[in-house]
Amino acid sequence: MEKPKVLALTGFGVNADTELNRAFLMAGADSRLVHLNDIILGKSKLEDFQILAFPGGFSFGDDLGSGKVFANKFKFNLSEQMRKFLEDGKLVIGICNGFQMLVKMGLLPAFEKKYFEQTVTLTFNDSGRFEDRWVRLKANPSSKCIFTKGIETLSVPVRHGEGKFIPMSEEIRKRLHENGHVAFQYCDANGSPTMDYPLNPNGSVDSIAGICDESGRVFGMMPHPEAHIFGVNNPQWAREGLANSEGAGLRIFRNAVEFAKKEF
Amino acid sequence: MVRRIEVGFKSGTVDALGESTKRRINEDLKIEVESVKTIDAFAIDADFDDAVMERLGKELFADPVIQEFEFRKPLASGFDWIVEVGFKPGVKDNVGDTAKEAVEDILRMELRGKVYTSKQYLLKGKISREEVERIAAKLLANELIERWQIADSNSWDPQHGFMGYVPRVKLEHEPKVAEIPLNVRNSTLMKLSKDRLLALELKEMKAIQKYYRRKEVAAERAALGLPPNPTDVELECLAQTWSEHCKHKIFNAKIRYDDGKGKVKRINSLFKSYVRKSTERIAKKANWLVSVFKDNAGVIKFNDEWNLVMKVETHNTPSALDPYGGALTGIVGVNRDPMGTGRGSLPVFNTDVFCFASPFYDKELPPRLHHPKRIFEGVRRGVEHGGNKIGIPVINGSIVFDDRYLGKPLVYCGTGGMMPAKIDSEDCSVKKVDAGDLVLMVGGRIGRDGIHGATFSSEELHESSPVSAVQLGDPITQKKMQDFLMEARDLMLIKAITDNGAGGLSSSIGELAQMSGGCEIYLDKAPLKYPGLDPWEILVSESQERMTVGVEPAKLDAFLELANRRSVEAAVVGKFTDSGKFLVKFGEKAVASLEMKFLHDGVPQMKLEAKWEEKKFDEPQFADEPDQTANLLSLLGRLNVCSKEYVVRQYDHEVRGGSVVKPLMGAENDGPSDAAVMMPRLGSFEGVVVSNGIIPRYGDIDAYWMTACAMDEALRNYVATGGSLEKVACLDNFCWPDPVKSEKAPDGEYKLAQLVRANQALYDFAIAYKMPPISGKDSMKNDYVIGNVKISIPPTILITAIGKIEDARKAVTIDAKKAGDFVYVLGVTKDELGGSEFYALKGFVGNEVPKVDAKRAYALYSKLSKAILKGLVASCHDCSDGGLGVALAETAFAGMLGMNVDLRSVPRERAERNDFVLFSESQSRFVVTVSPQNAANFEKAMKGVSFAKVGDVRNDEQFVVVGLNGSEAVKSDVAILKAAWKKTLNW
Repeated sequence: MEKPKVLALTGFGVNADTELNRAFLMAGADSRLVHLNDIILGKSKLEDFQILAFPGGFSFGDDLGSGKVFANKFKFNLSEQMRKFLEDGKLVIGICNGFQMLVKMGLLPAFEKKYFEQTVTLTFNDSGRFEDRWVRLKANPSSKCIFTKGIETLSVPVRHGEGKFIPMSEEIRKRLHENGHVAFQYCDANGSPTMDYPLNPNGSVDSIAGICDESGRVFGMMPHPEAHIFGVNNPQWAREGLANSEGAGLRIFRNAVEFAKKEF
Repeated sequence: MVRRIEVGFKSGTVDALGESTKRRINEDLKIEVESVKTIDAFAIDADFDDAVMERLGKELFADPVIQEFEFRKPLASGFDWIVEVGFKPGVKDNVGDTAKEAVEDILRMELRGKVYTSKQYLLKGKISREEVERIAAKLLANELIERWQIADSNSWDPQHGFMGYVPRVKLEHEPKVAEIPLNVRNSTLMKLSKDRLLALELKEMKAIQKYYRRKEVAAERAALGLPPNPTDVELECLAQTWSEHCKHKIFNAKIRYDDGKGKVKRINSLFKSYVRKSTERIAKKANWLVSVFKDNAGVIKFNDEWNLVMKVETHNTPSALDPYGGALTGIVGVNRDPMGTGRGSLPVFNTDVFCFASPFYDKELPPRLHHPKRIFEGVRRGVEHGGNKIGIPVINGSIVFDDRYLGKPLVYCGTGGMMPAKIDSEDCSVKKVDAGDLVLMVGGRIGRDGIHGATFSSEELHESSPVSAVQLGDPITQKKMQDFLMEARDLMLIKAITDNGAGGLSSSIGELAQMSGGCEIYLDKAPLKYPGLDPWEILVSESQERMTVGVEPAKLDAFLELANRRSVEAAVVGKFTDSGKFLVKFGEKAVASLEMKFLHDGVPQMKLEAKWEEKKFDEPQFADEPDQTANLLSLLGRLNVCSKEYVVRQYDHEVRGGSVVKPLMGAENDGPSDAAVMMPRLGSFEGVVVSNGIIPRYGDIDAYWMTACAMDEALRNYVATGGSLEKVACLDNFCWPDPVKSEKAPDGEYKLAQLVRANQALYDFAIAYKMPPISGKDSMKNDYVIGNVKISIPPTILITAIGKIEDARKAVTIDAKKAGDFVYVLGVTKDELGGSEFYALKGFVGNEVPKVDAKRAYALYSKLSKAILKGLVASCHDCSDGGLGVALAETAFAGMLGMNVDLRSVPRERAERNDFVLFSESQSRFVVTVSPQNAANFEKAMKGVSFAKVGDVRNDEQFVVVGLNGSEAVKSDVAILKAAWKKTLNW
């Protein structure tokens, strides 16, 4: 397919949607913003799209836990459409608040495709604060994640107060590593995963910054690759001569679009 | 029935809020507690059985991974003390409102009652009841809007816990309209003004009295069934419309200004004579001013397709009473100014400037004042929530400290927006209203919150300052409304739009109705939070997140359909007419009818006296020290200089994806940027540049030079970062202590003279810098008067500069880039330490306030600007608080590179001491680094202005300054300098 279609969700306090939409457009997709209500009302259908994106933001003000109320609204209205979307092997990405939604809806990590059962969470940073700071991520080369293919490390900002990744049990933690669910980890200058603050900005267990499902097609991450689609987004741009280069975060969206082009 | 569910963290999980609360109890209140745990409680006003509660606990309230819940009995255990904090009735409970919607989503039914939230703090430690009371009152709750209960472990009933408290609003009250007799003595008129918080002067009350005595007015009233005297609706409406806040009576007054040297000048309106006049003069040559001083925000041309819109507001008094709510409402409120400009603009960035007393203030506090650290923290958190939750980056700001802000903190919040130049060939910057168009209220509902905000902010903070003046913003309601309004605008469904801020519907509809020449308002149609409000309350309430929109009848259905689809409430509350009347109905009955002309132009002009006198301060006497390292380190750590990273990090400064120069840049992403650069339209590299200038200390010597320096600082920050001089505008925000001479303000004439001088400087430098004011705001009664304690803020002007950089990739940051680069100082250093940070460090004010030579400065800025665009400049940083010494140190440590500097090379006049050269705050100066290969071209580009090469960037971290006598005056290391700069507010 020449131009995969991307549905980027909006509404109810989602707020990093413009740049997410822009990232997919720059990556060569036919991307549009659709209000959640318009899907619930049937004005748009998930089946018409190949990629579904849950953007960052503060849906419902993070009241009752980040992403939770939006996730419930989505789940209680659209679970059938969503199951079909996933069964068709289509791609899903959630960033920051979007990642929180996917996790709380139980779409990640969704072992054995057990959808809508929550097994991990994202909660308050150890610092007790919202923080906006740039971090370095290390991609897991043995992950099946199609979004992170070919990436070794990536500089991106975190902008969250509830980004600490916690698995429900030791067993789940192990399983995340064994099956290649772990896609991104916070790392130090040498590329080694780290628990040191602020390199690991929230105290995430095993420095986990992003995970995918078993197929590698459903993916979520706390930091914002859509905030690094231009060289000048990188705070080091003036020091490293990045003014005219593409933002490194764009790679994530290109990966998805290229994969969808071939697959669908 | 009310069901209560409590949610806490499972053992072994970090309770981050508990941890940070514990830290603040220990550090701020110096009370030793061992641990703090938190529990969230939700009281659901519904008759749910246990099965439903179980389901809601699992599906909604608790996170199964980390939290547990209980609804049969209290969850709390294992504490020495427990404090539960909940809202008072009628206070906006955002989380409760979300919970209600979420419960409805799950159960697929409508809840009749509300959900009320509260928070429990479980304290462990050997603390007394008195200490727990103090923790509750000083840290956990604000008694204005919250209530709390305390129990110790012995008196706690583990089966029932606290008696369930639900802050339901019960107004068992039939709405009614009162007639207010005005044919009374002057003293009774004034008592009326005071008792009803009208904030009207006698002259104004008399003007109203006179209006009602007019025959044709009486006849018309009789015909409408209105009493001969004003109704409370009318009087309140007049008070709002005529408030200082809305009418800027001081800025529009006739002033007799005595310059103290025998010359007298008569000024008919400071606003018209200086502020607007400068803009009008510049507008003759600048073709990029689109809409200035006539709408909620100023509008300038960004490019052929887009306009740039900007407004800066203050929200001082509410922030003094409830720092969190006040600041949240401030930032969310100023978002609505661009949103309500023309046919609407999308907010794309925020700015914030705060003035506080020292957070380390350790003297006794006068009654009703919060500790400055609590103010700081509350305001910071309010802006954090307002900006972050709506998703508008806070890209520029600063914090000024002076203990005179103890009485009233200043909270300036700004918002920039983008508006299409045209939609379907209609000019988007122009709003239209014709008779027959409908008035819609969109967004939140009306409650008692925020009644009398406009009149109240026109007064000093006093004993009976009303609680109802405090509102809590709701960012998500506003975000939903914003998304909807932008969609509706692009579909051409909006003909005119304005926000409901000060004065509520009375002001918003009243202002729009001037275009058609009248209106009819149906107050019974306005959506309310709870029944029982009197008509006057509905009309003037300042409940948040509401816009007033003018819609053509033919487009009403489309507008309402879209609103419904976006989960946004919209209701027709009136219609525009050409009757010449402001007519208000409640049901079939008329409750107010005022002539539009009287309502808007009837307020009598004030006549005021201003008298200037030059102040003389002690001239400092202390010796120049051979080693200035300690002075430099002290200055770097001073509140007005030190790193504000603690605040900046907690603001999202890059959402929307367009950030180019962030507030913190440099080798370790922590150097202080001079200005912000962001790309408002992704896909184009055209950038907006925003900066600010504020320096109240200089006003103690002369408000003229304070203002000149603020203008200069704003512009030089802007230029330093790459902003274009071809298109730069400014916004003026005056915050003054009461400048009207009275018993309460015996020095009013001097303060008014300061205001006159500030305006004169604004005019002079706007013209000299071709930087027209496009919008502004004044806040005139920033005093605290309780008993015989009076605390007045220093007169303060904030200048915000806004403009463009054609290619954001050409912007320059402050950090030294490479070892071997040359260091230049641009501009002349003089003996100008009056009001400087250095003198303040030494305990002096001095008299030699920095002055600005506009002509010399502008020549320098023009050349520097060109050099930057040519790519000749590696780094550029302006010299402000702490002078050259601080600017050099910041340039070096932001780049984590050392520096050699020789003070003998610095261009200077009358500055013959190392400390003066290092720390003078002479204006219009920069520290610039340039690579050796660009040096010749740079020097050529700067030819004709004062500048000199003073050193170079080292390849290690040593920072060495050679003094005027040739020996080392400063020797340090960039890591040490940076640590000194960071430690003060490293919370």
